[in-house]
Amino acid sequence: MPERGEGTIVERPLRLDYDYTAGLAQSRFLKGIAQKKILGERCPKCGKVYVGSRGSCPTDGVATDGGEVDLPHKGTLTTFCVVNVPFAGQSVECPYASGYILLDGADIPLMGLIQEIPHDQVRMGLRVEAVWEDEVGPTLQSIKYWKPTGEPDADYETYKMHL
Amino acid sequence: MAERVAITGVGQTKYDTKRADVSIAGLCREAAVRALEDASVTWNDIDAVVIGKAPDMFEGVVMPELYLADAMGATGKPMMRVHTAGSVGGSTALVAAGLVKAGIHKRVLTMAFEKQSESDAMWALAMRIPFQPALVAGAGGYFAPHIRAYIRRSNAPDHIGILVAVKDRQNALKNPYAHLHLEDISYEKVAESMMIWDPLRYLESCPSSDGACAMVVAAEDSVSGDRAPAWFAGTAMRSEATQFAGRDQVNPQAGKDCAKEVYRQAGISDPRREIDAAEIYVPFSWYEPMWMENLFFAPEGEGWKMTDSGATAIDGDMPINPSGGVLSSNPIGASGMIRYAEAAMQIRGQAGEHQIDGVRTAMGHAYGGGAQFYSMCILTKDKP
Amino acid sequence: MVLRATGKAGSPFAAVLGRRPVRTISASGAAAYLGEAMRDVAIVATAQSPALRKEERRNEVEILMPVIHELRENAKLDQDDIGFTVSGSCDYLQGQPFAFVTALDAIGPWPPIDESHVEMDGAWALYEAWVRLQHGDIDTALVYSFGKSSPGDIRRILTLQLDPYYLVPMWPDPVALAALQARALLESDGVSEKDMAEVVARSRKHAKDNPNAQLKGDVDVDQLLNEPMYLSPLRKHDCPPITDGAAAVILAAGDKAREITDRPAWIRGIDHRIEPHSLGVRDLTDSPSTRKAGEVAGVGSGKVDVAELYAPFSHQEIILRRALGLGDGVNVNPSGGALAANAVMVAGLLRVIEAAQRIMDGSADRAVAHATSGPALQQNLVAVLEGE
Repeated sequence: MPERGEGTIVERPLRLDYDYTAGLAQSRFLKGIAQKKILGERCPKCGKVYVGSRGSCPTDGVATDGGEVDLPHKGTLTTFCVVNVPFAGQSVECPYASGYILLDGADIPLMGLIQEIPHDQVRMGLRVEAVWEDEVGPTLQSIKYWKPTGEPDADYETYKMHL
Repeated sequence: MAERVAITGVGQTKYDTKRADVSIAGLCREAAVRALEDASVTWNDIDAVVIGKAPDMFEGVVMPELYLADAMGATGKPMMRVHTAGSVGGSTALVAAGLVKAGIHKRVLTMAFEKQSESDAMWALAMRIPFQPALVAGAGGYFAPHIRAYIRRSNAPDHIGILVAVKDRQNALKNPYAHLHLEDISYEKVAESMMIWDPLRYLESCPSSDGACAMVVAAEDSVSGDRAPAWFAGTAMRSEATQFAGRDQVNPQAGKDCAKEVYRQAGISDPRREIDAAEIYVPFSWYEPMWMENLFFAPEGEGWKMTDSGATAIDGDMPINPSGGVLSSNPIGASGMIRYAEAAMQIRGQAGEHQIDGVRTAMGHAYGGGAQFYSMCILTKDKP
Repeated sequence: MVLRATGKAGSPFAAVLGRRPVRTISASGAAAYLGEAMRDVAIVATAQSPALRKEERRNEVEILMPVIHELRENAKLDQDDIGFTVSGSCDYLQGQPFAFVTALDAIGPWPPIDESHVEMDGAWALYEAWVRLQHGDIDTALVYSFGKSSPGDIRRILTLQLDPYYLVPMWPDPVALAALQARALLESDGVSEKDMAEVVARSRKHAKDNPNAQLKGDVDVDQLLNEPMYLSPLRKHDCPPITDGAAAVILAAGDKAREITDRPAWIRGIDHRIEPHSLGVRDLTDSPSTRKAGEVAGVGSGKVDVAELYAPFSHQEIILRRALGLGDGVNVNPSGGALAANAVMVAGLLRVIEAAQRIMDGSADRAVAHATSGPALQQNLVAVLEGE
């Protein structure tokens, strides 16, 4: 918010409400989440498995309707950052680590929060699994966070093409 | 068709956190009037106006160019509004240059701005979309993981980002328009600043600025002003998708393709040797070494060595951001055009204290979104 | 079940106080022929989504994707064959910054493409593509536009187009401003409420032949006049419907155009102009920017068979016809126009598409297309299309 200058500021609060349409593909994905399933969708052209897709394979420009893939709930943390400052709308307390989780069998990572490990020990290649909320619904918030599986870290070579 | 195009005038505002002394229109006009004066032309000499800015939510005005038509002298003329995310300042200049290149207009005024203090950019960027937890904390939070991936990939030492942050802020002290004038900037100061988005420190990140930049672009037979113009020798835009399987987010293909195209047009085969100065969009320190590789100034994995050796310093062999860059002034929508304007100023010998001697070829560069949109130009002193 | 949720976007906000000559207007204001010839560029393929009051199932990418597929199919081209891609849309319709960014996923931009975006109606994206084709290094361009007017309150959103310091605090929405304009027109000369109702009746009648239109049917002018006032002197039917939709076009130059289709719709002239923003300094009963754009585009230099005018309000069609000098012999808005369907940011491009279709199917030889933007016809674009 700007500081008030001498007679130079007018405040004009505005509010706009929107009905947000998730779309066909995202609806399918979120309905899966509501059943504690992480559903990927294959691009019929390139065969890549998209998860949480907006509806199209971004390289082929076609709907990701080449088959549903029930993905395991664990994967590799490809890269991440540790957030130390709060920001508007933030849902977690600082500091926290958030990053890209490449589920085993998926070709695109999901964004997620990494917990049950001190944030300064979070590292690239960490193997993580989903921790679900007790009550799940059609929202990614049903995945409370991701925690280390205890498996050895993934070899850099196995995920470097996803960075 | 395919006319030669030159930049004949540039104008910038003083960049600051809050330009509470002017309205949005007042801010834009400040830059536009300076560009017209620099080109020795009046509003009446302008055939069309091309305006650019980043998301409208940064000010809370929908398509503000409609309201700005009067202040920009656009009434009765064609006026366009470009929005290509962070690369928009560059794209806007290219759309304007394109009108002249096509032979449609003789002189076009192009202006890009952002007045972030009027709304809240962090809010606009972190807007809450239903069904998804809000985890990405603004642009820094978005780019930090990719910076980490670069560091891992290149084995760059940790201090590189700090060197960039110090260098650009020192350059900014030579630029009266720069937002940040940190007189006491030092390696220690940056190193000790808060780690906001680990691995990015507070002082390794761009500020949020109010500001506008404008240029007059003209056809060969309409070049005006006391100062020789800067000629467009190459222009290119490239885009790819935000996220796709196997996307290289550290060294994106669209950036490489854009650079290759702009070099091809300008007849450049060895960019590091042939380009005398470059204004590159570096909003977070580590993007300097990353772009050195993306732009083929350095082999892959070795961009950081240019920073480390001082090659990118104002007295180095490949000066990057002598103006202080985006790290010192960031009115988002204008930041790309400022790169072009500063590159033109280097060609035209009007960069004052941050002028580099003998610049004959300069590069302007802008990127946007999640680094999937690129806009670049090569400017030359000699007519191409 | 399709999932929906209501998102809130509210923030504390503060504001500080062929080879034919194409004419251009030089800085002195005088119309002058450019010395050099322009390249012949034509519309060679078009596609559009159905116009829906509220598309609740598909997001913007999913609305756009089938349109792009149909378009490329029509032209028998892949994205690799396209030299330049440009789109027009508005972030605020979607309530998200960078709304156009994800829309690009519908195109499949890989390998990376030469691409741009205007925060304007798609008709201006088409203008940018036409300019880009003049550079001579590429022969094809793809233009698309998408807009869902239904997710937010379109009247409030469009109010935010106004001067943020002097006008927005009073929240005069676009319908209110159009009503002011209609009143000025009715009071000025010879135009009656009946003339406005006739525009509506003809629009609905024409829309019967348009499978993509939203409001269509036979309505009686007297019946329309018996409807209650909405924002006087506007009745509901004088205002456009709320529409979600998308549209796309492929442009091609010279022989490439003839290769793609037997009868391209050649763009013989195209220009756009803007007027002052402040309503107080404009003559609202006239559209000088449309007139000027029409002159530069060359509307008057031949017989006009068809005109597609983007008149979101009935009285605006009357103003536009006058400004363009279109007589009774011109078939105006055979598609039904914006009174039949009005996807904001798409509707202008749709006018170009509808006009081009009449050329491409041989039912017209010369057509005029018009697009508008801003409150009360502030900004206007005019294109003249011809068959060969």
